[in-house]
Amino acid sequence: MRPATLDALVERGLLILALSSIGILLLITVFIFREGGPLLFRVGIGNFLGTSWQPAEGQFGIATMVAGSAAVTVGALLLGVPLGLACAIVLAEMVSIRTRTILKPAIEVLAGIPSVVYGFIGIVVLIPWIRQNLGGAGASVLAGSIILGIMVLPTVIGISIDALQAVPKSYREGSIALGATRWQTIRRVVLPAARSGIVAAVILGMGRAVGETMAVIMVAGNSVQIPHSPLDSVRTLTANIALEMGYAAGDHRSALFATGVVLFVIIMALNATANLARGWQRRRTVIRPPISQATSADLGKTTRTIRDPEAC
Amino acid sequence: MGKNGCVAGITLVCLIVIHGCGGGVRSGLTLAGSTSVQPFAEKWAEAYRIRRPDLEIHVQGGGSTAGVQAADSGAAQIGMCSRELKPDEAAKLKTLVVARDGISLIVHPQNPVGDLTIEQIQKIYEGTVTTWKDVGGIGAKITTITREAGSGTRGAFEELVMMHGKKKIAPSALVQDSTGAVRQMVSQDPTAIGYISLGLVDRSVKPLKLAGVEGSEASIDAGKYPLVRPFLFLVKGEPSPMAREFIDFVTGPEGQALTRKEGLFPGRK
Repeated sequence: MRPATLDALVERGLLILALSSIGILLLITVFIFREGGPLLFRVGIGNFLGTSWQPAEGQFGIATMVAGSAAVTVGALLLGVPLGLACAIVLAEMVSIRTRTILKPAIEVLAGIPSVVYGFIGIVVLIPWIRQNLGGAGASVLAGSIILGIMVLPTVIGISIDALQAVPKSYREGSIALGATRWQTIRRVVLPAARSGIVAAVILGMGRAVGETMAVIMVAGNSVQIPHSPLDSVRTLTANIALEMGYAAGDHRSALFATGVVLFVIIMALNATANLARGWQRRRTVIRPPISQATSADLGKTTRTIRDPEAC
Repeated sequence: MGKNGCVAGITLVCLIVIHGCGGGVRSGLTLAGSTSVQPFAEKWAEAYRIRRPDLEIHVQGGGSTAGVQAADSGAAQIGMCSRELKPDEAAKLKTLVVARDGISLIVHPQNPVGDLTIEQIQKIYEGTVTTWKDVGGIGAKITTITREAGSGTRGAFEELVMMHGKKKIAPSALVQDSTGAVRQMVSQDPTAIGYISLGLVDRSVKPLKLAGVEGSEASIDAGKYPLVRPFLFLVKGEPSPMAREFIDFVTGPEGQALTRKEGLFPGRK
């Protein structure tokens, strides 16, 4: 076979493989919407967005689950974002390359721990602690938030580090040359320049928290109610599907697929927003020339940046 | 390769022979009915397949009433039912109690409460009784733990305690998706109450007496323990040889051992 023919064949083959993975996504989308969509029309949007979930009686309101997902996700971000961002700043800006090559893989190990293990630690350690020290049943929004807060760390840290490292070195050099301290440089120059990348990290972390299932089932208690305090038990959208899928039939099953449709739309919206934010940062930071060849006009620009982070 | 071919050949011959003897039932053995019995029937079928790998056993759900209809119409050779039959149903079909499903209310071993009435349990799960003090315990709030919708154990609990679902379990009850998870939560929380199959109670939790009656095989046999329901197999007329053999397996020593392992009690002889 001639090399050119082989080349063409390999190219075709790879193209087909690449398209098939997108095809799978399409099939999943069509399937979820076909299974879940008709129920929305049959029982009405009002029923579906209500607060009463009694599948046996034809009540398919998922509002309590939306509230549950929102509550644990917000809690997870309150905990995970400050921790993750601090960790990313230290790793990207403050430590030597050698320390970073040891610590960064260590954090990535967190992502490799199966979620059922997080859940189990939650049941055995966290839930009794909350019950004894804060009251309530222990299985609660708080327990879910803490476990998810830890689980989103690898996502938040990893993407934040990428965003910080994408800020051109010339920005830092310029800032330090003008007399700023290292912390001033990080706060006034690097963080604002990496802002949209960090926003992407937070949004993807949010997607991770919304989509997590097993660990949340184990620690959040799964009561179908709107939480009034962090110590109340809640059920998330993912937990609802996983808990009841085993035996569901007929409209009940369709309602679970419809829950999946809602999740799908939320995750898609979050991912799209995150991609948008990352693309935004790339466009703004790539074209600047390095500071060593900078003209006086460029230097002026950097000076403005230090005074006014928004101008960056 | 030759050995494999031989095994395949024997299997094929067996299939043809059984096919011929099957009395025209092409799809093998079909069981249909109660979704509570279904998971156990699948376990029995799984174990039976080891003995008879050539036989196709289909286990379908649909509910107890559907099980009665399926057995009556012949859509299934064996109907499954998890309630006592009504008189008109019992007149049409032969019934066999293959297992009995008891429910036990469990609390933390240190909980001073050891005895409740069905009515008290109903009120606790309904959410009208919310502290242990109201039922003779400490002043702490009760944490009720239930199973997910569709679970057989929850079905039995709703039927036997919550008056066939006329009383609703409060939405604030925690929901766990397995017997193990319920037991784990109760064993950790001194204020929790949960329910699991009687046969799966272990030392990490304390089973409650019901109006003075301890849950055990003896009290069930004596008809004193109220939270129990029969798992019935229903057949119309004489069962086919295939169905007969499967029923014998389920009620035989191997099937009964499996029944106990899954937390049920064997049916009364």
